[in-house]
Amino acid sequence: MMPDLTKLKISEARDALRKGDLTSVALTEACLSAIEGAGALNAFVHKTPDLALEQAKAADARIKAGESPDLCGIPLGIKDLFCTKGVPSQAASRILQGFKPEYESTVTSQLFDAGAVMLGKLNMDEFAMGSSNETSAYGNAVNPWRRSDDDTALTPGGSSGGSASAVAADLCLGATGTDTGGSIRQPAAFVGITGIKPTYGRCSRWGIVAFASSLDQAGPMTKDVRDAAIMLQGMCGFDPKDSTSADLAVPDFEAMLTGDIRGKKIGIPREYRMDGMPQEIEALWAEGTKMLKDAGAEIVDISLPHTKYALPAYYVIAPAEASSNLARYDGVRYGHRAQLGQGDGITEMYEKTRAEGFGPEVQRRVMIGTYVLSAGFYDAYYNRARKVRTLIKRDFETVFADGIDAILTPATPSAAFGLGEMSHADPVQMYLNDVFTVTVNLAGLPGVCVPAGLDKQGLPLGLQLIGRPWEEGDLLNTAYALEQAAGFVAKPAKWW
Amino acid sequence: MSIDVETAARVAKLARIKVAEDALPALAEEFNTILGFIEQLGEVDVDGVEPMVSVTPMRLPRRQDGVTDGGMQDKILANAPDAREGFFAVPKVVE
Repeated sequence: MMPDLTKLKISEARDALRKGDLTSVALTEACLSAIEGAGALNAFVHKTPDLALEQAKAADARIKAGESPDLCGIPLGIKDLFCTKGVPSQAASRILQGFKPEYESTVTSQLFDAGAVMLGKLNMDEFAMGSSNETSAYGNAVNPWRRSDDDTALTPGGSSGGSASAVAADLCLGATGTDTGGSIRQPAAFVGITGIKPTYGRCSRWGIVAFASSLDQAGPMTKDVRDAAIMLQGMCGFDPKDSTSADLAVPDFEAMLTGDIRGKKIGIPREYRMDGMPQEIEALWAEGTKMLKDAGAEIVDISLPHTKYALPAYYVIAPAEASSNLARYDGVRYGHRAQLGQGDGITEMYEKTRAEGFGPEVQRRVMIGTYVLSAGFYDAYYNRARKVRTLIKRDFETVFADGIDAILTPATPSAAFGLGEMSHADPVQMYLNDVFTVTVNLAGLPGVCVPAGLDKQGLPLGLQLIGRPWEEGDLLNTAYALEQAAGFVAKPAKWW
Repeated sequence: MSIDVETAARVAKLARIKVAEDALPALAEEFNTILGFIEQLGEVDVDGVEPMVSVTPMRLPRRQDGVTDGGMQDKILANAPDAREGFFAVPKVVE
């Protein structure tokens, strides 16, 4: 008899399901009841209990028949950015209110084919634009963690804030996230869980609402590194429907978790030592470095000289691509259309629909993107940013050519902050949340965040490892070694 | 470079987002904050550097230019705010 089923990791649940010690229906019911009791976190925004139980029954039958992929019967949460057939999928935007896709994203259909169970859709920043889940049309998702000395509601990070909150609060065993500039890794760090953004092209983007297509990648958010390996395995693979999907074999990531990193070269980039970086983050980084060294890795000081220009390049490229991708929301084919006045024509319909449907941050980015792509500025902004992106990628290629296997950095410049605390800051202050993660998207590399300690207020802090392209297996193994050394087991005290 | 109210209005128009007259000065100010941040890119020596087209060095796949899908008018119209007689309906575009 297992006491609290929702606390199980994917690997533990898988083993118990296969042994017949547990049914997917029981596990799914436990998660559904945890979700019912966690309204205060506002993590699940569309619940699908009937579908979940139906999938769980089918999974139990499959397991009984002796045919059970790793994710068979595992209850998951799905970020609202993924199109799920017949289930609201609105990217946390008002403009997609009522939208029910007639198709299933490749990632979710792969998960369902493997027998995974969907509990519902998860909160996020509108169109994945944000670092605190405060731009969502559903309202804020809330971090299950609180500071030890006060009850301030904290952000779970963003954009995959609902995914982070749900996994940390044991509402589901794992969740899908997406990451354009840090949207898996920053929230994972803010709630003390593991999150990996794979190499660009590993997970199909087909059926995922597009934000910035050259940067967007899906990935898992889980309770530990082993679960990340299992879930990533289920999410990636070649898809002819995404022209940037990589036609490469997917190795067995879990089998690569040996914890042996002897002789690996770990780079410590000096440019990531930012002015004004909190001492606790600096100390955590040094501790993580020591852990990897003690595990037998060789520590090498490296330079990534263009790091400083990653965020400004990102804030040209991502809005430019967003302005183009979001042009499709015109009030004609799906979602919201504004009420029109007497004599309003098609232009008024577009303008009113988009003004009503998009929140302020999305409007801002669409307009910035429009500006940097407009005649006369295209070269000065957009082309220059793409050249800087080439240089940022070259920085990484140079250190990898010198034999570096992985790069260790802090995950975020701070622990989770209070909801509303940044509301008077200018937009750029919020953008600085992604300072350590955004380089990885610009270079198309895999990056994983692992919880590594608590700050003096009792909040989790994470470290990031960046790997060589397509070497997620090796990267996860290094993360596994770091996880074992850090021994992070803290959980938020339940208040919700 | 500084964005004035007139430029902000022009950008909003190009983006097809209605912005009220009295919201334009604040919008222009936000643009200037963000563009001020982006201006740093001007410090980088990009002479002879190719602008990135694809982050992973791969050739885009090709396929036969043939019909592979179709015949799902109902599904395509299912989410339309206004669909009539098998078409998307919009306000009159030609007089």
